[in-house]
Amino acid sequence: MTNYTVELNKLVKYFGRRLIFDGIDYSFQSSHVYGISGPNGSGKSTLVKIISCLISPTKGKIKHSFEGKVIEEEELHNFLGFVSPYLFLYDEFTAEENLQHISKVRGIKFNKERSDFLLNEFNLYERRSDLLRGFSSGMKQRLKFAFALLHEPQLLILDEPTSNLDYSGKEKVYEFIKSEGKTKLVLIASNEEADLALCERVLELQNFKNQQPR
Amino acid sequence: MKSFALFKKDWESELRTRYAINALAMFVLVTISVIMFSIGDEKITEYLTGGLLWVVIFFSAMSGLSRAFVSEEERGTTLTLQLIASPTTIFSGKLLFNLILVFLMNVAITILFSMLFDSFVIKNLSLFLVAFLLGNVGIAISSTIIAAIISKASSKGTLYPVLSFPILLPLILTLLELTKFSMDGNSISSSFVEIAVLFSYDIIMGTASYLLFDFIWKD
Repeated sequence: MTNYTVELNKLVKYFGRRLIFDGIDYSFQSSHVYGISGPNGSGKSTLVKIISCLISPTKGKIKHSFEGKVIEEEELHNFLGFVSPYLFLYDEFTAEENLQHISKVRGIKFNKERSDFLLNEFNLYERRSDLLRGFSSGMKQRLKFAFALLHEPQLLILDEPTSNLDYSGKEKVYEFIKSEGKTKLVLIASNEEADLALCERVLELQNFKNQQPR
Repeated sequence: MKSFALFKKDWESELRTRYAINALAMFVLVTISVIMFSIGDEKITEYLTGGLLWVVIFFSAMSGLSRAFVSEEERGTTLTLQLIASPTTIFSGKLLFNLILVFLMNVAITILFSMLFDSFVIKNLSLFLVAFLLGNVGIAISSTIIAAIISKASSKGTLYPVLSFPILLPLILTLLELTKFSMDGNSISSSFVEIAVLFSYDIIMGTASYLLFDFIWKD
């Protein structure tokens, strides 16, 4: 079993003068599935972007550790798998080419076996040689899971993981969340009851909006 | 190797989408045609052809080199890049892509100039090649960092030439001087100061770009 932790220390985020959340102190640990919930505009996506070090918090700190060692921000991409509706892959490449290029840019050897396994699991194997521009939004969403899981990350961040997915797609995603959550850290930002039902603990963002405007 | 993988991804993407190549090729052809039409039968001086060469190169760079980052931003794939590589890898990959593009573009422009303009005669080829090499590196570095800055802005088209002009001006002025020297047949040693300026420009821009890119890249 691995030991991956994410510690949020007094996180505050403003967009201009608008407070998104204030004073989030929380710790996430591997072998658990956590939920991040809140009404629209409560900052779910903002928080997962901050955790992924894609944007900076206004105040506060985030610390990622793996096996007791602090992970530097520049190295985080090696440990992180990320799925969201605002993530886009390359339309001019096929599904398999996307995964190949992404592996090489990550600096890891393309694992064809793993790629085939994931494409097969997400029901894309037959379409692996088709350009992404011909894919439906649901198929693109499935491919994002292959993208996120290909390098076997220790931290999986899923922002609205089941958007655009049909019933079988959702079931497959839930199956993966359950299996990944046994050994790794999974964070789900969502308002869907079915998504949050998989989570052992849920961070409610509406509880972190106390401060007066700046 | 990661940077090279990113370059390879960009190159294959470019060959399929032709975001930059078409823009550059059309711009070069149209600009040279306009120059030729406006000159007509007039005989222009060799210094003027040297100046025109760098004007065409400057504006061609404006039209095509911003695509390195703008195309990622427009397609929404910036986030994907942020999730798979460090800022240094991304900048190096994009710089390599722009370097290759600048060299291909500028070699084509120079060949066209030497074919179409009789007065474009370089007497000291080695001096011109040194200036050409260092100049292209400078253009590629500056264009790449400016492209990264403007890709985050809403009015990309206007901002690129506005930002590029002051940054590329010292480079273009030095290149004009060196092109004049190479047309006069001056030796490399007598043009040492200008070459040192070009070299320093490349080093300063390269260092500053790598230092700044982290801040530009992250929101």
